[in-house]
Amino acid sequence: MLTKKTFLAAFAAGLMVFGAQGALANTEGVELMDAGNDIYNQPSLQRGARNFVNYCLGCHSAKYVRWNRVAADLGIPEGDLKLLQFTGTAPFDTMQSGMPADAAKRWFGNAPPDMSLLARARGTDYIYTFLMTFYADDSRPHGVNNLALPGTAMPHVLSGLQGVQKAVMKSHTGEDGKAVSVVEKLEAGDAGTLKPEEYASFVRDTVNFIEYIGEPIQTKRRDLGVWVILFLLVFTGFAYLLKKEYWKDVK
Amino acid sequence: MASTEPNNAAQQGGLSGWINARFPLDKMLREHVTEYYAPKNFNVWYYFGALSLFVLVLQLVTGIFLTMNYKPSATEAFGAVEYIMRDVEWGWLIRYLHSTGASAFFIVVYLHMFRALMYGSYKAPRELLWLLGMGIYLALMAEAFMGYLLPWGNMSFWGAQVIVSLFGTIPVVGDGLVEWIRGDYYISDITLNRFFALHVVALPFVLVGLVVAHILALHEVGSNNPDGVEIKKTKGADGKPLDGIPFHPYYTVKDTFGLGVFLLVFCGIVFFKPDGWGLFLEAPNFEPANPMQTPPHIAPVWYFTPFYAILRAVPSFLGTQIWGVLAMFGAIVLLALLPWLDKSPVKSMRYRGPISKIALGIFVITFVMLGYLGLKPSTGIYPMLARVFTAIYFAYFLLMPWWSRMDSTKPVPERVTYDAH
Repeated sequence: MLTKKTFLAAFAAGLMVFGAQGALANTEGVELMDAGNDIYNQPSLQRGARNFVNYCLGCHSAKYVRWNRVAADLGIPEGDLKLLQFTGTAPFDTMQSGMPADAAKRWFGNAPPDMSLLARARGTDYIYTFLMTFYADDSRPHGVNNLALPGTAMPHVLSGLQGVQKAVMKSHTGEDGKAVSVVEKLEAGDAGTLKPEEYASFVRDTVNFIEYIGEPIQTKRRDLGVWVILFLLVFTGFAYLLKKEYWKDVK
Repeated sequence: MASTEPNNAAQQGGLSGWINARFPLDKMLREHVTEYYAPKNFNVWYYFGALSLFVLVLQLVTGIFLTMNYKPSATEAFGAVEYIMRDVEWGWLIRYLHSTGASAFFIVVYLHMFRALMYGSYKAPRELLWLLGMGIYLALMAEAFMGYLLPWGNMSFWGAQVIVSLFGTIPVVGDGLVEWIRGDYYISDITLNRFFALHVVALPFVLVGLVVAHILALHEVGSNNPDGVEIKKTKGADGKPLDGIPFHPYYTVKDTFGLGVFLLVFCGIVFFKPDGWGLFLEAPNFEPANPMQTPPHIAPVWYFTPFYAILRAVPSFLGTQIWGVLAMFGAIVLLALLPWLDKSPVKSMRYRGPISKIALGIFVITFVMLGYLGLKPSTGIYPMLARVFTAIYFAYFLLMPWWSRMDSTKPVPERVTYDAH
């Protein structure tokens, strides 16, 4: 039937719409790297929590995240929590940053964003790329710039670990015909204390933790979802048999 | 148990007898459930009415529990949603059921409407049924729009800003009207409070009222079917339609199976893809509302985008942008006028000629493409495409009186076609 065909064509067009959404994500220009983190890897999440507390929480809060929730979800004994928890006093306190917001605004121009939902707002690949692509740029107040977020107000907090990369520039003719100097690639500059692959895995763990705090329930949600779908398959199967039984009478 | 005799309530003993002497319980059950005769040849397209009703109830119930934990305040709303997601027992599930339910509502309603287009379910004697349905659709859009502001994310804020400012294009009263809607000079705490009141109290009342009227009207005129045959024309000796079967148990049991299939897809999204690929929950909405910073690209939620594309496709001239707004509302009004635009003597696509089938196919593609273009920025080839598809959208309706009359038809059978299995 013709309408069926046209409907299928419309459905295919609809699928194309969904497919195209994936390509929408990056609006900043640089091609994002694959974070490659695994939200089910608990040791990675624990390392990420340590990294986050040591390097991020000084300036960035995660104000919707409770310390004891992190401990429970990541398999950290409550007794060990005080080794991790350096802000707040009660285990159920949320992860506040060590820096007052008004001071932050004075020092950096704008307050460092809260990290609770960053992974959901920008995606893990973006955060991974951001942390991987700091490079030396004397024109910036903190001496570094970033490929994922050009002109970032954030200093390269992890430079001690990564070192500071150097940008290799190339000339690029823009749409207006004027040649501008753009970053071609980043190469190793001053070395840090971590080897490049160690640094990449350090960032991967940290991004993994940031993805976890974006939606702490996510692994349990999927685990529960499997049972829900299995139940619905059985339910729908029986509903179908019941329908068949009743509809035997309909001639 | 419900009696089949209409006037023996007085002889009934026990509790049901006591009730039926005072309230038409059995009578209502008979009229609307056990002795509502529906055509036996419903196909897969006839699941979506019952599914719409299911999603409505789902939204009402999950909405009640969300309201228990939500705070309609500009300083607290965003945090309240995260409180629901993280600290309220099962709050994440209630919220995802509600947010996914909003999109699911539009999916089932759009498929339900497409069914009506395919089988001419809006044609006499079902014009009022169709108009009540359009009323539900409008109320649903208002409900969804108001609800979208409540999480107080940055897309909530800017989406509301853009849509509310549309009313500002109305000459003379526009600016005052916009201020009156917002209750402020910008989208603020006051706007959030009134949208909350409308979303939680006023519009649900309107929706439920219209749904009841829609179902009463349906049961008055009887359901259409894929053949577009009136089953009431062929009745047996007992006065029941020969091609009709009681809604209960036949369609309750069939709809239960349909519900199972729907829930498989629905729960698949709720548990495995609750952001709906960034279409059901948009990434910028995970940042709190910020009047100082627009999201990189403002687009309404997917179910509004066909009309948003039409809005943007119409250029402003004579110094006003009202034409786009008029086109957008016109696009919805034309849908409501279908019963009077369609001049075909035949209801169902099954017995219409190639022109109707091709026209409907083109219309579906146009609607999907407009939806796609509404999500895209107005750059490159997109504005041009949006104009072409907007023109096709209007041509489908405005030329319908001619092409629907011109089209050839096949003889409609006296009885519905049905293969027992």
